[in-house]
Amino acid sequence: MSVKKTSFFEASARTRIARLVDPGSFSEFCPPQLRHTSPHLARLHAPVAFDDGVAVGCARLAGHPVLIAAQEGRFNGGAVGEVHGAKLAGLLDKAVSERPAAVLLLVDSGGVRLHEANAGLIAISELMRAVLRTQAAGIPVFALIGGSCGAFGGMGIVARLCAEVVMSEQGRMGLSGPEVIETVMGVEEFDSRDRALVWRVTGGKVRRALGEATRLVEDDVAAFRAVTADLLAEYGARPLKPSSLDTLFDAHARLTARTRRFSAARDGREIFAASGFSDIDGVPLMAVDAFNRHLMETA
Amino acid sequence: MEQFVMTFPAACRLAEAHPPRLCGVVSSGNLEVLVESGDPGDACRIEVSTPATGFRDIWAAVLRDFVERQPVGGLRITINDAGATPAVVSLRLDQAMDTFRSEKS
Repeated sequence: MSVKKTSFFEASARTRIARLVDPGSFSEFCPPQLRHTSPHLARLHAPVAFDDGVAVGCARLAGHPVLIAAQEGRFNGGAVGEVHGAKLAGLLDKAVSERPAAVLLLVDSGGVRLHEANAGLIAISELMRAVLRTQAAGIPVFALIGGSCGAFGGMGIVARLCAEVVMSEQGRMGLSGPEVIETVMGVEEFDSRDRALVWRVTGGKVRRALGEATRLVEDDVAAFRAVTADLLAEYGARPLKPSSLDTLFDAHARLTARTRRFSAARDGREIFAASGFSDIDGVPLMAVDAFNRHLMETA
Repeated sequence: MEQFVMTFPAACRLAEAHPPRLCGVVSSGNLEVLVESGDPGDACRIEVSTPATGFRDIWAAVLRDFVERQPVGGLRITINDAGATPAVVSLRLDQAMDTFRSEKS
């Protein structure tokens, strides 16, 4: 009997949550019927959503209590507005007092919602502080990235602040998105319509090779669930240590080593070459298991 | 942005209580439908918010068809539209009602 796969990429935010956590365990905070919609979008006569593009709540995953948020990439590109950001920051604040095993952020966002200007920017900065505060209190935050919008702009920064970044090859992560780079620097610098280029610069495999993503999984909600369950068990056995001068020195040493290893690379292909892959053209199509095994062997 | 409320009389009431259900996503050519129990028990109240102005007659026809298919009173349905076609609206309404009925509180 074959088990039906649920593509993380194709699923809606709510379906992702429902299939990721233990069946029926999700309980939503600020549910849609409370109608916490964006006052900014309404003023601009733009359509609003009852959840402002993000579902937040508590659940269990493999029995571990977690707080969880999922951004809906199809609503305004998952962009963070005032209400959207407040729901995420509020969830992280709640983690400090409730002490779940982890906070899971299912990121699918292009960054700040430009309609909301300063309110959106403030929301993102509050979110960054909230991630750091939550992790300083010993609660790890995991970013799960596999949606069509990836994690860009402010949400790219938020993702990189998280203790773990789980990605699929379909998910992308970066600061300036491909279209932004093309607009500012010109098409000679970066052709955002060249999808192969976009993925080998921002996709899950190159982020994993660089060490920015800590796990690479298949585009399957069940695969995200399995890896998240492993991580929850790992952090259960070895809790997150608060940052100290030593952890800072360790991070600097890692960054220095990475810079030395990849400083000559100008493209994802060269990152894969420096990571010891022999068939560079074959990497994008390589099975996730084989890719992970290679990285483990050459680490 | 056009907003309006349409109320349709309905012969039968909801037999039991159901938790609110949300269906669909507000993205181009799509819509979200929130279904809740509400008063009065002998009518279906539908509130629409749409960025496409001037289509109220078409909305009235699509919603009347829906209420004829599913004549249930005591319902409050709220729609955030982002330019969905009539066919998409009909399908989404049916889907929302199916998921609403499938869960009891």
